[in-house]
Amino acid sequence: MVDFTGWSLPVQYSDLSLSASHLHTRQHASIFDVSHMLQTKIHGKDRVEFMEKLVVADVAALNEGQGTLSLLTNENGGIIDDLIVTNAAEGYLYVVSNAACAEKDLAHIQGTAAECRAKGLDVSVEIMESGLIALQGPDMLKALQPGMTFDLTSLPFMNSVMATVFGVKECRVTRCGYTGEDGVEISIPSAMASHVATRLLESTEAPVKLAGLGARDSLRLEAGLCLYGNDIDAETTPIEGTLAWTIGKRRRQEANFPGAKIILDQLKAKPSKKRVGFLSKGPPARGAMPIFDESGEKQIGLVTSGCPSPSLKANVAMGYVELPHAKNGTPVKFQVRKKLVDATVSKMPFVPAKYFTGK
Amino acid sequence: MSNIPSELRYLRSHEWVRLEEDGTVTIGITDHAQESLGDVVFVELPEPSTVLGAGDEAGAVESVKAASEIYAPLTGEIVEINGTLEDAPETVNSDPYNDGWFFKMKLKDDGELGDLLDAEAYAEFVESEA
Repeated sequence: MVDFTGWSLPVQYSDLSLSASHLHTRQHASIFDVSHMLQTKIHGKDRVEFMEKLVVADVAALNEGQGTLSLLTNENGGIIDDLIVTNAAEGYLYVVSNAACAEKDLAHIQGTAAECRAKGLDVSVEIMESGLIALQGPDMLKALQPGMTFDLTSLPFMNSVMATVFGVKECRVTRCGYTGEDGVEISIPSAMASHVATRLLESTEAPVKLAGLGARDSLRLEAGLCLYGNDIDAETTPIEGTLAWTIGKRRRQEANFPGAKIILDQLKAKPSKKRVGFLSKGPPARGAMPIFDESGEKQIGLVTSGCPSPSLKANVAMGYVELPHAKNGTPVKFQVRKKLVDATVSKMPFVPAKYFTGK
Repeated sequence: MSNIPSELRYLRSHEWVRLEEDGTVTIGITDHAQESLGDVVFVELPEPSTVLGAGDEAGAVESVKAASEIYAPLTGEIVEINGTLEDAPETVNSDPYNDGWFFKMKLKDDGELGDLLDAEAYAEFVESEA
């Protein structure tokens, strides 16, 4: 168990090693208890206008039940947090953001809400007390569908529905996750969260196991997904973070999200550094290790996350390098302790995503 | 409960030390250490004939979870390293006290051996860390 911003969380469960738990998720399905994440509802008829004052996404374009990954940005174009914003059919926005950022996110979101209300906008923020469990892996459907009358084949990636799950009413099931696998996150009235988790673990249709923070980290790295605080932070922009795709087209034209000028200028002029992936052999790269050019003489960047990949039997990492070195296939060197280790700039995800697009 | 053989000596940094008949010592990491590291994927060992002081960094063990430094438990010269670990680092997990050894040292002063923990003291230390 480790202390994770005040929450006591398991790195791994005793029945499986970290690699075994990782591979179990890729081959079957695992449950991650992510109840520590901040879940909020944004109410009011001006909720979309309000949300667009905070994030880069085209929230107005989200269909009923549709969600998107987005970014809270600051006036300097830095990233305050990454989050999922869903246009709930029940008439509010459902927002999930990082536990490590909960305090600052809330201060920022509630502060902006108060300013908006002072200007006459109709918006309010409700902090949810629900549990949140992620069920991830190819067996998700087999394990979850028997507990639902709602047909999950009609719920594509990044869509969300309110449904009854194993008899528990008012569960929000969202087809998303942090592993690159098909999967869902289920927001459950907190008193019933363990009931749903237990029913999934008891599934006779699929071998569902519990997984901890360790596997969560290696799975998201293989999937090329950022960990806030490591791979993106208030000092990196969406452009440097290779997250320009999260900025809606209309939002670019209107240029009215926080830090828009800096971010859009950078999009046009190209940033000086960029987040890329790396593959290497031998000793794995870890966060904060220096990256050198091929000659080993000039430092060109820093690793932000890295680990041995249980799926690939090679090491995967991500980090920032100066733009001329960011091209796929560029040879670079990592400084691991006192030695320089060969690495190559590589496309992400390292393991192909298996999101269910409904096709 | 992890395996702590009574005939070995231990360090608080979770290395074990075995005095061989030829007077050299063999060094590895304990069952408890391999268990908490998880699947070992890479072991970095010192170059043979390197001279190290007690407590000097001698290499590292890498698992999916983390990298952990290995320290020279005593002062002396590295006389042999376990080449098997290059291709089969997982041996550290499967057989930490035998085939999963790290390196052998020729000690400068055998007397330093007396500074190490015996099995009972190491078991107590592991318990106190839990």
